[in-house]
Amino acid sequence: MSVLVLAEHDNHGLKPATLNTVACAQALGEPVLLVAGSGCRAAAEAAAKIPGVVKVLVADAPFHEHPLAEALAPLLAGLAGGYSHLLAAALTTGKNVMPRVAALLDVSMLSDVSAVVDADTFVRPIYAGNALATVQSSDKIKVITVRTTAFDAVAAEGGSAPIEDIDPGADAGLARVTGQELTKSERPELTAARVVIAGGRGMGNGENFRLLEDVADRLGAAVGASRAAVDAGFVPNDYQVGQTGKVVAPELYIAVGISGAIQHLAGMKDSKIIVAINKDEEAPIFQVADYGLVADLFQALPELAAELHK
Amino acid sequence: MREQTGAPPVAAGSASEASENNSEGGAGPSMKVLVCVKRVVDYNVKVRVKADNTGVETANVKMSMNPFDEIAVEEAMRLKEAGKATEIIAISMGPPQAQETLRTALAIGADRGILVESAEELQPLAVAKLLKMTVEKEQPALVLLGKQAIDDDSNQTAQMLAGLLGWAQATFASKVTVGDDGATIVREVDGGLESIELKLPAVISVDLRLNTPRYASLPNIMKAKKKPIETIKAADAGIDIAPRLKTLKVEEPPKRKGGVKVGSVVELVQKLRNEAKVI
Repeated sequence: MSVLVLAEHDNHGLKPATLNTVACAQALGEPVLLVAGSGCRAAAEAAAKIPGVVKVLVADAPFHEHPLAEALAPLLAGLAGGYSHLLAAALTTGKNVMPRVAALLDVSMLSDVSAVVDADTFVRPIYAGNALATVQSSDKIKVITVRTTAFDAVAAEGGSAPIEDIDPGADAGLARVTGQELTKSERPELTAARVVIAGGRGMGNGENFRLLEDVADRLGAAVGASRAAVDAGFVPNDYQVGQTGKVVAPELYIAVGISGAIQHLAGMKDSKIIVAINKDEEAPIFQVADYGLVADLFQALPELAAELHK
Repeated sequence: MREQTGAPPVAAGSASEASENNSEGGAGPSMKVLVCVKRVVDYNVKVRVKADNTGVETANVKMSMNPFDEIAVEEAMRLKEAGKATEIIAISMGPPQAQETLRTALAIGADRGILVESAEELQPLAVAKLLKMTVEKEQPALVLLGKQAIDDDSNQTAQMLAGLLGWAQATFASKVTVGDDGATIVREVDGGLESIELKLPAVISVDLRLNTPRYASLPNIMKAKKKPIETIKAADAGIDIAPRLKTLKVEEPPKRKGGVKVGSVVELVQKLRNEAKVI
């Protein structure tokens, strides 16, 4: 069985989430990657190097420069006939595109799959991860978004799959990207970082996130935030970790000034080691933390940065 | 089978507001907005998995409108108050009790409601098909939905509906600006924000930071009781709404073991280095 994977990329290269999605695909069959973009040859070449990928399809057209569901969904639906499963990472693009693909194919969809039981049966979190549902699909083609943190990334190099140019389809002319305001950061991507340090309402303001950044610099960590901190305007939306933000599962997650609402826990409780720093010893975050430090974060963070420097 | 409950539809006094705005280049003279609202286990309830692993406990549990849908209703209200929308129709699907969720939408300010009743579970594809049927009848220029429901966390219905209709879609909207024949949407994406222009009609799914929903005032709650709700039986729609996904079991996720408290930053760093070996 062949499994079609929609690659996450920025035209120049692959995003790490593609490697986790391929891992899920390999549990189902032979992965074929679709790279849809504009001037995306470099991304396609990177895709061809993933060991185990049997083929890379390239749909190169100006209207694929930004991944829009109106153009991508018909393209994927048109290719679907040759595959048992269509997969994408459960990130912005996959979440936006895959349900539209399922509707065009008149099949149901499985969002945020965290485990493969068999070709028809999958596990996915519901109720903000407070329950895990095992779900069986009766549809001929399974359309799936993959919870990338639940699958270990495959190697990025070592393969040499053939690259095939395909008809990129047509511009639906319904939607157009007119601007982007992307957070520029030298730090690792939140969803792929080995260490994440996140701040909550307790940080007080956006300026104070510098204290987190000092620690992040020592650890090579990504910086995240709770919804409360984003809603308060301390940091941009793309910092948000939680049920409706990003899902992360780093080796080490340090929650600072975060009380630990279930919606936040939903986004980080699969982290290997959780550290909580909070001055409220009753904060629910301590119930999931491997190491809890009851302390004023304004003292603890500079101390932590200094101690890590030693 | 269709039946009307409550008072007949009111030609809301907004028609004059709309014509005023037309001179300023607002949306068409009669722009309907359809808002989809789901009845879910309340945001603050800590859900419990049933002992027989068939689902989560919903008996005697507080139910509310999906919080993202509240944001959608609020946005529809703001479009109406700005003279862009002339009528707001709220729609909900599920058991008869979903009528309470519709009443909440009517209390916030929706003009009328549609309840698609179904005793059987309606999965997102079925919901999207039933919405398409309603859209074809009501001809709204805009459909607003929450980006996901906090029960099944699917995040599918808006995109499926847009696909079935062949309409433009914008998911994760954090700003909505409606013009004459298009809309500009700011979306929350992985890396930050993205602006897109859509042709109308369109389907928009809303994110957390689009607005802060208002509380329904007591007079508006009373008024909502008199607003009309049309009831449709899903089974009579002549549409394939059978579930395609079968839930085999629902389990509790593995519990994290409570850890230890450390007394100082020095001790914390020492444990992370020597015990957890993560730094």
